[in-house]
Order: sequence, then C-alpha cells, then structure tokens
Amino acid sequence: MAPTRRRLVRKSILPGFGLTMGYVLSYLGLLVLLPLSFLFLRAGAMGWGDFWSVIASPRAVAAFKLSFGASGCAALLNAVFGLVVAWVLVRYRFPGRALLDALVDLPFALPTAVAGISLTTLYAANGPLGRFLVPLGIKVAYAPLGVIVALTFVGLPFVVRTLQPVIREIDPEVEEVAASLGARRRQVFLRVIMPAIFPALLAGFAMAFARALGEYGSVVFISGNMPMRTEIAPLLIMTKLEAYDYAGASAIAAAMLALSFVLLLGINVLQWWSRRNEYV
Amino acid sequence: MNTCSRKSTGAPVVRWFLIGAALSFILLFLVAPLAAVFAYAFQKGVQAYWNAIADPDAWAAIRLTLLTAAIVVPINALFGIAAAWSIAKFEFRGKNILITLIDLPFTVSPVIAGAIFVFLLGANGLLGTWLEARQWNVIFAVPGIVIATLFVTFPLVARELIPLMQSLGNDDEEAALSLGASGWRTFFRITLPNIRWGLLYGIVLCTARAMGEFGAVSVVSGHIRGVTTTMPLHIEILYNEYNFVAAFAVASLLALLSLVTLAGKKAVEWASARRPVEEFGPE
Repeated sequence: MAPTRRRLVRKSILPGFGLTMGYVLSYLGLLVLLPLSFLFLRAGAMGWGDFWSVIASPRAVAAFKLSFGASGCAALLNAVFGLVVAWVLVRYRFPGRALLDALVDLPFALPTAVAGISLTTLYAANGPLGRFLVPLGIKVAYAPLGVIVALTFVGLPFVVRTLQPVIREIDPEVEEVAASLGARRRQVFLRVIMPAIFPALLAGFAMAFARALGEYGSVVFISGNMPMRTEIAPLLIMTKLEAYDYAGASAIAAAMLALSFVLLLGINVLQWWSRRNEYV
Repeated sequence: MNTCSRKSTGAPVVRWFLIGAALSFILLFLVAPLAAVFAYAFQKGVQAYWNAIADPDAWAAIRLTLLTAAIVVPINALFGIAAAWSIAKFEFRGKNILITLIDLPFTVSPVIAGAIFVFLLGANGLLGTWLEARQWNVIFAVPGIVIATLFVTFPLVARELIPLMQSLGNDDEEAALSLGASGWRTFFRITLPNIRWGLLYGIVLCTARAMGEFGAVSVVSGHIRGVTTTMPLHIEILYNEYNFVAAFAVASLLALLSLVTLAGKKAVEWASARRPVEEFGPE
C-alpha cells in the first residue's frame, strides 16, 4: 500500500496519517479479513458437491428456514411496533418519555445470555407469562414462537433508532395542510408520512433482520434446540463444531456469511438511496 | 419541540392508543425480561444471592471476564481513535469501503466469529499446528477468549468516534499546528478533550459488550469450569444445572452493567448538547 498511498490521499497539514492508517489496516487485516477469508478458503476447499450436500441436507434446510422465517417475523414485528414507538417518542410528550427512550437501547446493552434465560423463565409453562399463555394453547418457550420472541427483543432498537431522526424531520404543518385540504387520516399517513419514512423503515427492518439472522445467545435458551423443529442455523454450526465436523460447520458458516454480506450491501444501498431522496 | 402541543397528529383517542401500544410493547419485550432478572436473583433472599456471587467458580468467572475486558477495551479504544483520526481528518480514496470493512464484524454471527478462529488457530487449523508445536494454547484457553472478544467488539469505539470527529472538522487542529504545537500535543490538548464524551461512551459500550459476549466466546472457550468460563458462560452452566437463583444472581451483575451503559449514553447526550454553551462560557 505504501507506494501508492501518497497519490490516493489529499495533502493535509495534519500529521499521523501513516501511523493511524497503518494501525487500522494491519489490525483490520489480521483480526478480521484474514480469518474471514480463511473461512471461505476452507469452505471452498471442500468442493462444490460436498458443500452442496451439507447445505441442502434436510437438517440444514430446516435450520435455514427457521432462521430466515423467524428473523423475518421478528423484523416485521419490530417494523410495525418500532414505527409506533418512534412516532410516540418524537411526537408526544408524556411522563416517563425520557426513560422509555433510554430503555430502547437495552437490547444493545443487555448480554444476550441474560436476555435468553430471562425470556425463557418468563414464558416457561410455570413462568409469570407462560402460566397464562400455555393453557390458551400458546406455547412460546421451547417452540418456534419463542425464537421469534427472542429475535424481536434483539432487533428492537434498530427500527426505532433509524426512524427517530427521520420522523423529527417531518414538519407537522405538512400533515395539517393535507388534512385542511380534505385528506382523511389514513390518506395523510399513506400519502404524506409513509413516503417520507419508508426508506428508513426499510433500512431499520433490514438491520433488525440481519442482526436476528446471526443471533445465538438469547435463542439457545428459549428454543429448546430440537433438530428440524427449533434449531437455528448458528446453533447448527455450533453443534457441528462440537462434533469436530469442521468441514460441515465451515460450509454452513460460509453460506450464512455470504447471505449476511448481501444483506449488508442492500442496507448500504438503501441508506445511500434514502439520503439522496431526502434532498429531492 | 413545540410540535407536540399542536396535536397535529389528530384526536386524543389516536394519541393515547399509540402511546398505549408503544408502552405495552416496551413493557412486554424490555421491562419484563429486565425486571425478571432481578426478581429471580433475589427470589430466595439476599443471603442466597450473596452465596451465589461469592461462590469460587463465580469469582473465577468474574475475574476472567474483567481480565478479558481489561485487555480488549484498551486495544479497541486505541484502534477506534486511530480509525477515527485517519478517516475523519483525511481525504482519501476508498474511504467508504474502509468504513464498511470496519463494520464487518457486526454482520458476522457471534458463532461464526468464534468458528473462524477455531478454523485458523485450532488444533488442525492453518496456524494451529505451528502454535501446537510451541505448546501455545490459544483455542479452548484464555487467549482464544480474548481474540474472539476483540473481534466481536472491534467496531464499537470506532463507530462512536468516526461520525463525531467528522462533525467536529479540522479547524481546531489546524490552528494549533499553525501556531507551532506538535502533532501529539495537538492531539492531547485539542482533539482528545473534544471527543472525550464520545470516547467514554464508546469505551462503556465496548466494556459492556466484552463482558457480556456469549456466542463467540462459547465456541472458543472449551467450557472448563472455573478456568475458561466467563460470566455469561458461567450463567449458562448454572442455568443448565437448574440452579436458577445462582444463574440469575450472576446475570443481575451483567444486567446492572447494561443499565450503567444506558445511563452513560444519556449522560453523553446531555454533555454533548451542553457543549456549545461550555465553549463560549468563561474559562
């Protein structure tokens, strides 16, 4: 990198570019890029046939289906309620608002294992919530529904935090004008508010979805980990690692990583698109 | 912020319905799990709680967790400062790619984060045989836990500092340098005081995540009780042994840490909202 750097960097009187960039690139390369590329090398060394037989095995397919399905449901739940929470936090003033706003970040701060055992105990058949839900036939703990609950917890802050600044930008006068021109409330929401917030809503949804796909700690406790039924993809990787099936683990890990990268790319494109639309 | 008083979003019915929906969602998904941790931890009284925390294995887990955080946080804080300095203060090509690459560990599942180091440094990994020949235990030992935690918390400080430094601009530093201050002096006297709150919050976030990481550490730890179990792993062991009071007692310590993190974020928001006043105020 060193010989080409000078041409790539605009001249500045500030010192320290070489030192800091050197640290950043070598640390990033050693800790992140080298191990990640080695994973793909390892999965690639298996050959396409072996790779496919691991990925397409019924147990792996069931795990992928659950991971994607539950993550999608959780992200959707977060999109709907995240919109409500963000709207309420920006537009209304009520006692406890600041506390509510601070609490939204809890899933970022609370260790996933702690959330996992807590949610499981709440929704278990003898737990404070499970006690009422299980007799109604709603089984949360040790069922796919539990996976959705855990993933909803984990992804909750993303939609709220991406929507808040966007909602703050919407001038309530625009809504008033629309209403005074005869627009009904539903029309105001669909024609005025929704177009303004949609890119951010989509970005928040995608971030919550991506976070849910990789989640492990909170899910292992509540799901019960039954193969074919409540086993998520990260858990399948764990199971294969514990059985020293490193090839199988690397195949599933590589497939999941590739999917996450596609998602990350999509999020970046979305954010770029929404930022561009803001000024139009 | 007078938007609320105009009630532009309609009738009180809608307003209270939305507030009610938001509150119930937060109560069900955030407050209930948090409250449950403390309720179960103190279920059998203060004495049982204290016994669970004073247990030698719990102490070993707490010590290992603190040791891991003490190694990981300074390294990643230094990285965050270096990344923010090079990205925010200079213009170069490929900047957006670099920022995306720094965010990469966030999109990697914690289990995969642990797995890549098992593949690389484990017994039959690329560097594993070399490490084994020197009898250096990395995987299923403390160094592996540290490396996995480094990976998982990698972007946290950088992510706080990059936008902050970008918003502050270069004017202060350029003035100091043109008045003859050295590079280091400029950094310590100008830049560091300007970013101190963001840096502090990044460090708090990084500490909380380093102490609470479960998936990645679980893969590389080997689960040797009292030796390679961090607090989250110890919680898992206790929980799987149906020792719920002890599990929740240790969990309550981490929950407390997460509350400190949330308070830290609010404090930083306050401090940075106050900054313009502070700057023009008397010295």
